[in-house]
Amino acid sequence: MAMVSDAPKGNFRLSMLVYDTRYRSITIQVIVLGLFIAFVAWLLMNLQANLAAKDKDISYSFLFNRAGYDIDQQLIPYTNDSTHGRALFVGLFNTLAVSIAACFAATLIGVTAGVLRLSKNWIVGRLMTVYIEVFRNVPLLLWILLAFSIFAQVMPEPKDFKVTQEMVDQGLEPPAQKIFFDSIAITNRGTNVPAPVLDRPLGSFSVLNVPINLSVLAAVAVIWGSFWVNGRIRASAKAIQEDTGFRPVTWWKSLLVLILPITALLFALGFHWDIPAFAVGESGVSKGFNFVGGISLAHSFTALFLALSIYHGTYIAEAVRAGILAISRGQTEAAYALGMRPNRTMNLIILPQALRVIVPPLISQYLNITKNSTLGMAISYLDLKGTLGGITLNQTGRELECMLLMMLIYLFLSLTISVGMNIFNNSVKLKER
Amino acid sequence: MNKSVFLGTLAATTVLSGAVFAATLDDIKARGELLCGASTGLTGFAAPDANGEYQGFDAALCKAIAAAVLGDPTKVKFVPLTGETRFTALSSGEVDVLVRNSTWTYSRDTDLKFDFVAVNYYDGQGFMVKKDLGVASAKELDGATVCIQTGTTTELNLADFFKTNNITYTPVTVVDDTEAANQYLAGACDAYTTDASGLAASRATFADPENHIILPEIVSKEPLGPVVRHGDNNWGDIVRWTYYSLLIAEEKGITKANLEEVAASTTDPEVKRLLGLEGEMGVMMGLDNAWAKNAIAVSGNYGEIFEANLGTSTAIGLARGLNALWTQGGLQYAPPVR
Repeated sequence: MAMVSDAPKGNFRLSMLVYDTRYRSITIQVIVLGLFIAFVAWLLMNLQANLAAKDKDISYSFLFNRAGYDIDQQLIPYTNDSTHGRALFVGLFNTLAVSIAACFAATLIGVTAGVLRLSKNWIVGRLMTVYIEVFRNVPLLLWILLAFSIFAQVMPEPKDFKVTQEMVDQGLEPPAQKIFFDSIAITNRGTNVPAPVLDRPLGSFSVLNVPINLSVLAAVAVIWGSFWVNGRIRASAKAIQEDTGFRPVTWWKSLLVLILPITALLFALGFHWDIPAFAVGESGVSKGFNFVGGISLAHSFTALFLALSIYHGTYIAEAVRAGILAISRGQTEAAYALGMRPNRTMNLIILPQALRVIVPPLISQYLNITKNSTLGMAISYLDLKGTLGGITLNQTGRELECMLLMMLIYLFLSLTISVGMNIFNNSVKLKER
Repeated sequence: MNKSVFLGTLAATTVLSGAVFAATLDDIKARGELLCGASTGLTGFAAPDANGEYQGFDAALCKAIAAAVLGDPTKVKFVPLTGETRFTALSSGEVDVLVRNSTWTYSRDTDLKFDFVAVNYYDGQGFMVKKDLGVASAKELDGATVCIQTGTTTELNLADFFKTNNITYTPVTVVDDTEAANQYLAGACDAYTTDASGLAASRATFADPENHIILPEIVSKEPLGPVVRHGDNNWGDIVRWTYYSLLIAEEKGITKANLEEVAASTTDPEVKRLLGLEGEMGVMMGLDNAWAKNAIAVSGNYGEIFEANLGTSTAIGLARGLNALWTQGGLQYAPPVR
């Protein structure tokens, strides 16, 4: 202890800040920090000076003004009388809708393609290689445009589904027909699918202007309850099995518990499907411009969803392949030695271990999908970029405000996804004790 | 010492970057070129021809301004802008003047800090549909899908029109006229709406213009005109008076063909002042006294430009209507050159 002496005090010289290794790193850091602050200050001053020169200010009051424009896809109620702020949320929900859907689909496609690329079947393996290399090496925007133009050019126009007086007289069918038991109509504008409708709904209440549908809540609660009861049944069956070595027959109980309550609820609420169709006149002649009823999924959504999931599926496939190859061959051989079949080996031994390698790149793919959904502007998909960063920005002329707000929202979205996926990553990663 | 030099440079940079917009005229003269914000392609108004040169009603005004300022109508660079990008481009100084079928509205004039210096085309919003749709009035468009250009006043008028008439529609937002026409022709929408002049211009480019009709309703006032930034009044004056000189030329019967002849023989004092034969009119704006003469020499007076690009003899076939001179029952009226 006595061997270590404190640094000599009292003779600190300014030159030591540069020449003394104890202080040098601090000096450098202070200088870099100072430069950084100066740079940010310069940017802010520049912004202020330029705004002043143009006689403009920064104000977000436009968010509370009437928007005045319409949006075709809306997950929360919106009319042109709503505010720009509400249009922002309509856009945000559209972004979330296409991103979440594409994340699920891309994961499904990616895991399948990644596993199949390693297949011993030569044709399957090469097919997957071709899929991955072709889709990964062409810009995403082109895939979006291609998917959209295929829908828009190849599919029939809504008027081709209409029955004219001539057709009624001669007993002819219109040139285009709905598919899937006459329920789904794909036109060059969108896909019209049947909508679930309740005759006796439970009503709804609003939270922050967003209506919460009680019927949906009830259905979710009933389904959740059914699964819980089913879980209890299986648990008790397992307990009996472990006790006596005899497993009681449970399939009919499960079936009953899972299906009966929800069916009863839907029947009580008067559930039926609203099938899209043209309004029909007295003699059977179709009227109107578009299908009425059902849900209309615009092709901008479908095309963006397809392109995002297929394109990012290739990256996920590569991550999955890398993850699988990272697991030592011995694991497979050990599983085979235990008598497991290849399918179960993959699902129970390899993939769970590969997840540790797969999840980190998967996070970045989910982030990319969310951010790349802004490319929907090329096909007029009104996501956050389309409403806040597009029409609102143009109609109010508040470029700076809209851009800053939009960047902030995307940052928040990305960080949320990151946090969520990192929690998942921590749960699957190798536990070190 | 070092610090004060650094801060001094900083301050100088910010002041300089703030002062960029002050003297547009000096910038143009120094650059030797006028930057004119134009449409990405709207036949009749501003669209590149087979040689890649911009032609049209709006393009002619840009060339006239270039001639007035620089004495050469070819010294103009057309910057193609969409409905979405045009105002940002103008306010950031990317273009000197915006001549792109832009509607003069209150909020654009005040909140966006622009000056609409004149109205070179009095227009109104209309609807175009295919003939076989069997629609005769815009009020019959209940439930229709409508293509609109985003970032425009037509977007807002459309919502108002359907609301007032208590009918519904599905919007399809597109970025520019060409894309809108493509979508409309592909049947992605039942109706296409924009300014009636724009509809006529788009229709003229279709393979089968006779199968499309423009519905009789005009649902809004759309005064279109050249736009400049707030804060440089002299530049605004130059654009305004270049346009007025074309109007006065029509009023006084000065055409591209007889310009030299009139200049040599005229006894009308106003014409003399306009053509720079008398007084120091050009110098007042910091231009050559022959500014108006140069502007008229490019493609003639307002009437000639209209007839050559939009008039009844062209494929677009628009009548003068509101855009006739005030002496002929229209709204085009220029203050005196005095």
